[in-house]
Amino acid sequence: MYNSQTKLDRLITFRLPLAIMIAFTMFPFYWTINTAFKYDGDIIKRPLEYIPSSPTIENFVIAWSNVGFSTYFKNSLLIGLCTVVIVIILSTLSGYALSRYKFKGKRAFLLMLLCTQFIPRSMLIIPLFIIFKNLGLISSPLSLIITYTAVELPFTTVLMNGFISNVPKQLEEAAMIDGCNRLQAIRYVIFPLLVPGIVATGVFTFIYTWNEFLLALMLTNQQHMFTLPVGLSYMMGEFNVNYGALAAGSVIALIPAIILFSFAQKHLVNGLGGAVKG
Amino acid sequence: MSVQSKVDLSTYPNHGNKLKRKLNLSRMVPYLFIAPTTFIIIAFLFYPIGTVFYYSLQNYDLSAPYYNGFIGLENFAKIFTEDKLFIPSLVNTLKWVVSQVGLQLVFGIIVALLLNQKFKFRGFFRAAAFIPWAISGVLAAVMWSLMYNEHMGVINDLLMRVGIINESKAWLADTTTAFGAVIIAELWRGIPFFAITLLAALQSIPEELYEAAKVDGAGRWKSFLHITLPQLKNTIILTTLLRTIWEFNNVDLIFNLTGGGPAHDTTTLTMYIAEQAVHGSNFGYGSALTVISFGILLLFAMFYLKITRFEREEG
Repeated sequence: MYNSQTKLDRLITFRLPLAIMIAFTMFPFYWTINTAFKYDGDIIKRPLEYIPSSPTIENFVIAWSNVGFSTYFKNSLLIGLCTVVIVIILSTLSGYALSRYKFKGKRAFLLMLLCTQFIPRSMLIIPLFIIFKNLGLISSPLSLIITYTAVELPFTTVLMNGFISNVPKQLEEAAMIDGCNRLQAIRYVIFPLLVPGIVATGVFTFIYTWNEFLLALMLTNQQHMFTLPVGLSYMMGEFNVNYGALAAGSVIALIPAIILFSFAQKHLVNGLGGAVKG
Repeated sequence: MSVQSKVDLSTYPNHGNKLKRKLNLSRMVPYLFIAPTTFIIIAFLFYPIGTVFYYSLQNYDLSAPYYNGFIGLENFAKIFTEDKLFIPSLVNTLKWVVSQVGLQLVFGIIVALLLNQKFKFRGFFRAAAFIPWAISGVLAAVMWSLMYNEHMGVINDLLMRVGIINESKAWLADTTTAFGAVIIAELWRGIPFFAITLLAALQSIPEELYEAAKVDGAGRWKSFLHITLPQLKNTIILTTLLRTIWEFNNVDLIFNLTGGGPAHDTTTLTMYIAEQAVHGSNFGYGSALTVISFGILLLFAMFYLKITRFEREEG
């Protein structure tokens, strides 16, 4: 098949489109990084510099310590990690119940999980604001951790159900014959075997919390509680935008997402593709 | 549990009570396991949604609380008769969703087909092609605003070098270009979703089908039309539905790139709701808008599923 194709044919139908696609995908990253390493004066200089003539890390220093990205970063990290831990524990439990037990109301539970997927996220911003205002939790990390947990749990429960169903039942039965109770069997036998699934679920959840904007905007109104997306948005809306620091802040926000993504990319293709296929 | 419950208790008269208690307890276990998840979902997803319907019938103004209270369908009446932004925002939503989903699907198929070929460094290219999927709408907005910028934007620079335009344009502030500019930026972020799901589906198509088609004399285009597309059909139907709902609600990029402007040219219904919620103070009115958008989505999903099932039976 490959041999019968002429080189020209392969160039037009494969190499060229592939090159265009990669260029289109990569260019915004390149330009952001390029801008982040330029001095203020160089950013607006004509002709534009496609490679910084005098590269600097000044923008990163400003973004990190003056503009507040260290705070945003810490907030995003704290909220993300807490959400991931809670989501993993709760969805392991509920996924375990779904995969290992027959019980009355199981179908209703599954139906409830399915229904949540049709709730528009934008529909939540007003009522959640009112709820957390009444609870006195506006601008508290707790409001975002709870909200993100609620939004992510339905999907992660279904994911974990799938992962747990792949672990043979006999393993924990053997552990329980050897004297473990059920929670111990889950903790010492099932959990270690689930690590790949848990990593995928955790990465998925973390990237969501790291990127979420509208709810974070609505539920935080003090700058020292901003997450990265809200901080970036706030900086973009300022009258005199410091583009260098903005680009540097973007790079700071990009790095964890990209590292996690490349780390779990294979799982995501299988997991996400599998989930959509049903 | 299912194994244990088959044990006939009557044959163990001495241990019957103890065993029964144990069985009752173990019957509770699955409920204990799903309890926290159920509670959180009901309290922070379903209950809030319920209250939206309630608030939509209220005057709930934070800046003028004296007039708060039940007003029936007044909010809805106002939206349909007085609101000058409502209908244009619906038109923009339609433009936004149709162009996003349509273009993402077409380019997603192309990217998936490219990445399904065998070539060197395929893993690397796949990762690179999928990365925008992991980028937030806000970050995408920052990155593209740096490129669209009138004074320092690289797009102006490149287009002037090639000679397509003569002077710098403010792409995001011009009513003729703003919508298209936002569409392109969101495409960048949206194509990978289709590429990922369609690639997974492509990988499950048996190679024999293509070999058989080749024996029958089918070219590439014919095998694509008669094998690939039909095999991808279910994935396409589902991803398109999910994506339509997602893009309908997606506001991060518009919010940060244009803020719905210029002259409300990029204000979709969800953008309008977000603006009302963030900057406006009448939550009753915002809730009524939300209820309408929910109704539209619900109707769409039902209609879409009916149409596609209909086609499946016909074909």
